[in-house]
Amino acid sequence: MAKDKGKGWSPGLAGLLSPVTFWLGLFFLAPLLLIVAYSFGTAGVYGGMKLGFNTNNYAQIADPLYLKILFRTLVIAVLTTLLCLVLGYPLAYFIAFRSRKWRNNLILLVMIPFWSSLIIRVYAWVVILSGNGIANHALQFLGITNGPVNLIFTPKAVLMGMVYSYLPFMVLPLYASLESFDVSLKEASQDLGANRWHTFWRVTFPLSMPGVIAGSILVFIPAAGEFVVPQLLGGAKTTMMGNLIQQQFLDARNWAFGSALSMILAVVLLVAIIFYVRRVGTDKLEVG
Amino acid sequence: MGKTRISRGRFLKMVGTAGATGSALSVLAACQTSTTPQQSGGGGGGGNTLHIYNWAQYLAPYDIKHFEKKFGMNITQDTYSSNEELLAKLQGGGTGYDVIVPSDYMVSIMAKSKVIQKLDMSKIPNFKNVSKHYRGLPFDPKNEYSVPYQAGTTGILYNKKKVGRVETWDPLWDPKFKGKMAMINDVRETIGAALMRRGYSENSTDPRKLQQAKQDLIKQKPLLQGYFDSVENVPMVRRGDIWLAHVYSGDGFLAIVQDKNLAYAIPKPGATLWVDNLCIPVGAPHVDLAHKFLNFILAPKPGAALTEYTDYSTPNQAAVPLVHGKFTKIPQWDPSGKVYDRLQTIRDIGKATRTYERIFTEVKSS
Repeated sequence: MAKDKGKGWSPGLAGLLSPVTFWLGLFFLAPLLLIVAYSFGTAGVYGGMKLGFNTNNYAQIADPLYLKILFRTLVIAVLTTLLCLVLGYPLAYFIAFRSRKWRNNLILLVMIPFWSSLIIRVYAWVVILSGNGIANHALQFLGITNGPVNLIFTPKAVLMGMVYSYLPFMVLPLYASLESFDVSLKEASQDLGANRWHTFWRVTFPLSMPGVIAGSILVFIPAAGEFVVPQLLGGAKTTMMGNLIQQQFLDARNWAFGSALSMILAVVLLVAIIFYVRRVGTDKLEVG
Repeated sequence: MGKTRISRGRFLKMVGTAGATGSALSVLAACQTSTTPQQSGGGGGGGNTLHIYNWAQYLAPYDIKHFEKKFGMNITQDTYSSNEELLAKLQGGGTGYDVIVPSDYMVSIMAKSKVIQKLDMSKIPNFKNVSKHYRGLPFDPKNEYSVPYQAGTTGILYNKKKVGRVETWDPLWDPKFKGKMAMINDVRETIGAALMRRGYSENSTDPRKLQQAKQDLIKQKPLLQGYFDSVENVPMVRRGDIWLAHVYSGDGFLAIVQDKNLAYAIPKPGATLWVDNLCIPVGAPHVDLAHKFLNFILAPKPGAALTEYTDYSTPNQAAVPLVHGKFTKIPQWDPSGKVYDRLQTIRDIGKATRTYERIFTEVKSS
């Protein structure tokens, strides 16, 4: 986009960009290259690493056990993204069309959870959902259940915890794209005879696509790499790629396989996102 | 193991109380602070200071004070949360640490990797205080590299009222207690429990035995709430969410002293004895002082202060009579010789670690 505006390189621009280039190079690119190198290495039994060109680490993923975990991870990440969209869109829509004062206060409420650590918030769910927790007491008090029921340490609890954790990442970009929405377009649509339903699907929703795309990507990527929620809310019974990678690094002392798994996950995510953006339309990304 | 022993000791008391009152926030707040270094500075090898690299909350203030006074030196500590982290740091070299506290299997790995040095036993006369049960264990058969620091077992914390008396591993496979049980989320401990339940060694690499253990664990999985750290299992038992949990002894003891319905079992026919040890890294700046520290900890009073602080069992026999606290009344705190006969230590199994890892992943994904 910058190129379109015809601005070439200048010493000033290069100077301004050099800190960030240095930063990303040192803290993003170098570790990434290290992981690429490790993924072709051979891990010593006690954690050392012999570099080389060993494709064995990648071949191991063909093990049905690991393919199953990869597939499960993608399913959970997609479901998380869809649920966040379904829950987040009405919320973002509601907030975006309030008066300025209300808008700012409501969006502040959406961001409040970020003030505390994710682990603390997820652990709070453990206490709420546990056998003798608040949720079970409430259900029994209301006469809905008769004794404690199992609400936690199931794949459903994992999904719930992930939707909870990532919902703000969906709401914020949706809000940003809806907030700048020109209300006169909606009025024009209705003046021209479209009902509210039509107006939404033909005018409002398409114009909010940049927010939908950005929100989906922001939720999908971390969801696919999640490992805290499956541990805390899944009782480690719903293994995801993040857990598998963590185990290779921390328990199995197999950094080579752990690196290969990380690379495979990264490539799968990249392909999925390219496919998604192509499908939904890249040009729309530039509208917002 | 290692990582599951993240923050034992004082921290567990907080977990116990917080678990009972349902205050998750304080647990996590505690968890986060307890894994940060107590004194940062990364060793460094300064002249007048003994640098200890230790688990969090794992050295009694009494010991620090008295050692510093006696030898006119300062002690600084950095902390780690897993044996693997400790190993990686030492392999990196140049840490400047004088004393480290690896667990059993890690001692043999470190000796093989040549990152710890042989001890000069003539400088550690208090080694005579070490109980015979803690000498010459398989990970360091001649005590060339290590002296034992603190110890315990891995067994079952259970609610006597709900499950009666527990003596073997079988109750953890009993469908009667479906949804009321949890195991430790640790490859070696949990596969080890399945192996020992069948009377095998928990270090077995025999494919047939491992296959049986895997099938047993797959059968057990639907009966479990899940696989957690030992410190997470304890509050669930205390809240009554579960009745039986696979835990480290020290974690169990803290719950028992607060709730008389709870008990701890060292299951038959076999259970894990774990031992944390003091070692001196290769290249330690204060080798002589480090030996003095090892000798100091094995003296009766400092040893007693240490175990009163951690609530674990002590290999220091001379310290046992001096230890006060409710947990000393729990029979499993100071087990009899007969119990020791059936305990096993987790040993380094080299490449088979990866076989174990795959089995555990398969069980958890079943």
